[in-house]
Amino acid sequence: MDGISTTYNTKDTLLKLFDEYFGKPAADGNPDIGQLRREAIAVFAQKGFPHTRLEKWRNTDLSRALNHDYSFPLNPDNSGVDFGDIFRCDVPGFDTHMIAQLNGVFIDRGLKPAQSSEGLVVCSLAEAFVKYPQLIASHYGKYAAFQENSLTALNTAFASDGVFIYVPDNLVVSEIVQMVNLIHSGDPVFVQPRNLVILGKNSSLKLVQCDDSVDDQIGFINSVTEVVLAENANLDHYKLQNKNDRSTLVNNIYFHLESGANLSTNAISLNGGLIRNEANVKLNGSGAHADILGVYLMDRNQHIDNQVFVDHAKPDCTSNEMFKGILDDQASGVFNGHILVQKDAQRTNAYQNNKNILISDKAVIDSKPFLEIYADDVKCSHGATVGQLDSEALFYLRSRGISIENARMLLMYAFAAEIVNKISIPQLQLRIDDLVKKRLRGELSICEQCVLHCNSREQKVSFEIDMSKI
Amino acid sequence: MLSIKNLRVSINGKEILKGINLEVKPGEVHAIMGPNGTGKSTLASVIAGRDIFDVEEGEIQFRGKDLLDMSVEDRASEGIFLGFQYPVEIPGVSITNFMRTAVNEQRKYRGLDPMPANEFLAKMEEKKQMLEIHAKLANRSVNEGFSGGEKKKNEIFQMAMLDPSLAILDETDSGLDIDALKIVANGVNKLRRPDNAFVVITHYQRLLEYIVPDIVHVLFDGRIVRSGGKELAIELEEKGYEWIRA
Repeated sequence: MDGISTTYNTKDTLLKLFDEYFGKPAADGNPDIGQLRREAIAVFAQKGFPHTRLEKWRNTDLSRALNHDYSFPLNPDNSGVDFGDIFRCDVPGFDTHMIAQLNGVFIDRGLKPAQSSEGLVVCSLAEAFVKYPQLIASHYGKYAAFQENSLTALNTAFASDGVFIYVPDNLVVSEIVQMVNLIHSGDPVFVQPRNLVILGKNSSLKLVQCDDSVDDQIGFINSVTEVVLAENANLDHYKLQNKNDRSTLVNNIYFHLESGANLSTNAISLNGGLIRNEANVKLNGSGAHADILGVYLMDRNQHIDNQVFVDHAKPDCTSNEMFKGILDDQASGVFNGHILVQKDAQRTNAYQNNKNILISDKAVIDSKPFLEIYADDVKCSHGATVGQLDSEALFYLRSRGISIENARMLLMYAFAAEIVNKISIPQLQLRIDDLVKKRLRGELSICEQCVLHCNSREQKVSFEIDMSKI
Repeated sequence: MLSIKNLRVSINGKEILKGINLEVKPGEVHAIMGPNGTGKSTLASVIAGRDIFDVEEGEIQFRGKDLLDMSVEDRASEGIFLGFQYPVEIPGVSITNFMRTAVNEQRKYRGLDPMPANEFLAKMEEKKQMLEIHAKLANRSVNEGFSGGEKKKNEIFQMAMLDPSLAILDETDSGLDIDALKIVANGVNKLRRPDNAFVVITHYQRLLEYIVPDIVHVLFDGRIVRSGGKELAIELEEKGYEWIRA
């Protein structure tokens, strides 16, 4: 590429850093995790960062994002950080058990979830490494396969903190758990949060993951989340992304579903410099069901990449994928949906669809639905559409006196509403609905501190972080 | 109110309207009849501002203003309403939201504040009852999954909400059974006032039994070839369009 050096010196820096921190066997208390780190760094050392010569990365180029002099905060002390000072979520009636990570590191506010007496655990991953070695041994690193994914490998090599959630069998968690991942730093920062969510049999959880920037600094987030749903567990999951235009966010989520488990995951991307969401869903027991939904609204030079891999490993599972996007200006998007139906996965029912509206001539979407089927008794369908706003519908709206700007807005809003209306937490749905409207009107500022903090610009709450405390 | 002079319109180089002249005065109901493909819907679309047509010659004045220079939405706010022959389905936009946006944008154009929510809802309720529209319909997406009859009723409902000075109803009767036709016609008759006007485009005389026109025009091959009173519609029904051609 012209004028841009793609030396990937970030890779060398990271390899050196690994030697420094984890090179000595004694550096890690848990020998299994130490072993995992060494295997993972070997994969990363061999593969390096993904590049556009790889089929899965053909349309998403990280080289520009990597070409910064990043700092790698591995063990910052966040103990003195007053969470209330840096973040306020003001969604009316949206009462959650909120856990926050600043620059990838858990901020301990000493708050316990209401149902901790019933065995519910919400804590930092670092704490879980020490306190719950058996759960860690059974689940940590078991779903996030890093052999083929060098970014997951990199995360696994360095993972030191993040969120750990454990829901015991039969527990229905009444509070919504909200994970807020903030990036706020004076320098370009490269962070790698690692989360593990374990749902026991017949348990149920609503989880909202918010990725926000709180300033306009350059940031690179390489996040990995492993989620396991035991038999008949139920997870309602949302990812809300409102990052600044100079941020890069790579999100790898690995969902593992046992029989009868039910997953609904919804990725809502409103802003971000470069966002790559990889959702890997393994349906590993009969009767499991997954809804994998997403909506993205991108403009300027923003780039969104949704990769969905659904692995139907067992019979009688169903999956339903629907991603919708609106791209304006020079924004670019990628959708890569891959459904694998394994030989034993008879009576699979899988649906996949990606619909896009391109507002400008310069906006681009690469949409690739892909089915790979080895069983013979299956029902699979897929589709992808790319279009402009319907001119007949525009004329119809305008003929009632609605201005062309508002008519376009209404149509775009209606397009996105199909996904937004599926949000099952009413307060969250109302607010996202409002955010989408604001986003489409160009009123949603990326510098607002939270994806859910959507007061108009005039009412923006300003705040300061006392850097000496970090 | 509406004055069309020597209007020539083409699409993709093909001339469709070949010199239309039409005068509509306040309080009048005009019917435009004619066989398929003679330019009736084109005329309606050009008045409303559809931009796929090329106006080659002529002018359209509405209450002293030149319509052809105006945007689609400004024409609507000036008081022109087009009842579509094929109303468009718009998934995801509720009729309530659609109408509230339209009513308030038209009010804004006229320098009025938005209509208070309770007043708006009361008006919706009143017009719904007038057209025997059930509550469920109003909460659904615009025209989505509606039957042909429901779509046409919904057009008249929108007309009632927007209260235009000039309503052009393009084959509003097609696809309606006799009961729906009566409801629609009844709605139109209730909205008739000395200060507004209607142009009703139809194939058949049937609708004109319920909406009695003051003047009937026959459009044939892009020209108005005959105009007369309501008896012209009956004559047409009896003798067919061949009679005009001859």
